Amino acid sequence: MTGFKIKEQKIIKNAEKGFALFLLLIPTVLVILPLLLLLSGSLMDTYELSGYLSAMFAEGAEFISWKMMPDYPSFANYKKLLFETPQFFVLFWNSMKLAGCILAGQLLVAVPGAWGFAVYPVKGSRALFALYVVLMLLPFQVTMLSSYLVLNKLHLLNTHQAIILPAVFSTFPVFLSYGGFRSIPPQILEAARIDGAGELAIFVKLGLPLGKSGLLSAMVLGFLEYWNLMEQPMAFLEEKALWPLSLYLPEITLGQAGYAFCVSVIMLIPAVFVFVMGQDYLEQGIIYSGLKE
Amino acid sequence: MAKKKTRFFCFFVFPGFAGILLFVLAPFGDVVRRSFLEAVTGDFNGIKNYQSVFQNQAFLLAVKNTFRFTLVGIPLLVLSGFAAALLLCGLKKKGWIKSLYLFPFAMPTATIVLVWKMTFYKQGFLNLFLTSLGAWTGLWGEVHREYLGSGDAFWVLTGSYVWKNMGYTVTLWMAGILSIPVQLLEAARVDGAGKWQRLWYVILPNLKGSLYTIVVLSFLNSFKIYREAYLTAGAYPDKSIYLLQHLFNNWFVNLELDKMAAAAVCTGGFLMMVILLLQRLWDKGEG
Repeated sequence: MTGFKIKEQKIIKNAEKGFALFLLLIPTVLVILPLLLLLSGSLMDTYELSGYLSAMFAEGAEFISWKMMPDYPSFANYKKLLFETPQFFVLFWNSMKLAGCILAGQLLVAVPGAWGFAVYPVKGSRALFALYVVLMLLPFQVTMLSSYLVLNKLHLLNTHQAIILPAVFSTFPVFLSYGGFRSIPPQILEAARIDGAGELAIFVKLGLPLGKSGLLSAMVLGFLEYWNLMEQPMAFLEEKALWPLSLYLPEITLGQAGYAFCVSVIMLIPAVFVFVMGQDYLEQGIIYSGLKE
Repeated sequence: MAKKKTRFFCFFVFPGFAGILLFVLAPFGDVVRRSFLEAVTGDFNGIKNYQSVFQNQAFLLAVKNTFRFTLVGIPLLVLSGFAAALLLCGLKKKGWIKSLYLFPFAMPTATIVLVWKMTFYKQGFLNLFLTSLGAWTGLWGEVHREYLGSGDAFWVLTGSYVWKNMGYTVTLWMAGILSIPVQLLEAARVDGAGKWQRLWYVILPNLKGSLYTIVVLSFLNSFKIYREAYLTAGAYPDKSIYLLQHLFNNWFVNLELDKMAAAAVCTGGFLMMVILLLQRLWDKGEG
């Protein structure tokens, strides 16, 4: 009898688990479908694609149609994009340059800053850090005018520096790296001091390797953010040749959908690469971003 | 030692702080000054700029919409994230589901806008799906609803906000839930607490800190929804999704800098107060 009861309980438990899994899978489908849509679209030739999309432009009652497996799979659009459209590379490298320079600058500026806050708590440093947190949370639109004024004064408008410099001094990476540095036990640093290590040496030889999780998560989150730049270049870059891919892609109309799909997929590749390689750090960073100071 | 400490603190922090001073704090001071000046002549204007901002219909609409979006979107995101995190914590193999949830966060907005357009246009996938659902169940006929050009745009935007930030929220909630000592839950179980009782009396009270963080970060990310809004619907979208971000951008394009200055001071001041208040509340809750 008891055996039967246990069995029944087990079935209920399994059913519950199955139901939970089912509930969790619904949103998962909503993540996978858009991806498949982009991938399949990028592999269609222009003719097939316009056949599916034409209903969207007509005022008729006909709906859009789609095939996840294209009838005539082709790399024609990729080929055209990669070998016959040199402008594309300009934009791609703009994006790379912006993200790369910003991250390098943050490594030089924000990471030591975070170290200062984490290791040398002095009078007033808590208040200053609170200011950093407020600055980190202010949306771009609130500081847009002030950035514009200073960039205008420094004659940096319409150059890449206009995007790079303000972003280098963002306080978000300070906040994240701080979380990583805080997790280093102070005794280790004290021991190094007693052994006669200088403070700079402690930072480079102990701080960076031990606190690298915070730092790397700042880099991963930073890359995803700056690969996706929109507001800043829209406001401060007039010349389209300077634009990053993230701003140019939406300009491609659905009439040239073949291109748009290919650009989308190519743009996804670095983001996916960083996401897959840095997922642990990404999660760590999200958790650090929630740590109390 | 204290003196030495201060020296090293300055050595490490000063370069970054100097940049912040130059690029953020000093110019923001200038914006505050300008908010009291007439834009063209530079004469002192008193609070006239502020008055004209608060009488501006577009500003009032944008404030209303931003509030509405924040008050609907954030609770929706926080609660659905919590539900998903609870379910996920009960599973053994949660790694890949969590990765999938996080994925939209890594997806550049520009790439997803294409998909949104194809889905929410009048002849798009959503209407196609609803139509075939109607035909299959026989309950309704063809659906030809306009989503982006009507009040529904608000819900499209809310949905895409939740879609994008769900993984972020789930990760934070899970970190909070998994940091609750197992002994605590075990003890409650031994004392005869049921599933819901454990949730209500043990898990929830231990997650106050996570809640604060999640709300603050959701708030931070809620401003970035402008990208989706702008890209799917342009600079002047349906009036249900005309947000403060649109307004600032349009003022910027039209060089209405005096209004912008006054509105930036108001918005910045308001946000700062909210953030400090939340910090205070949180400190109290913890201490």
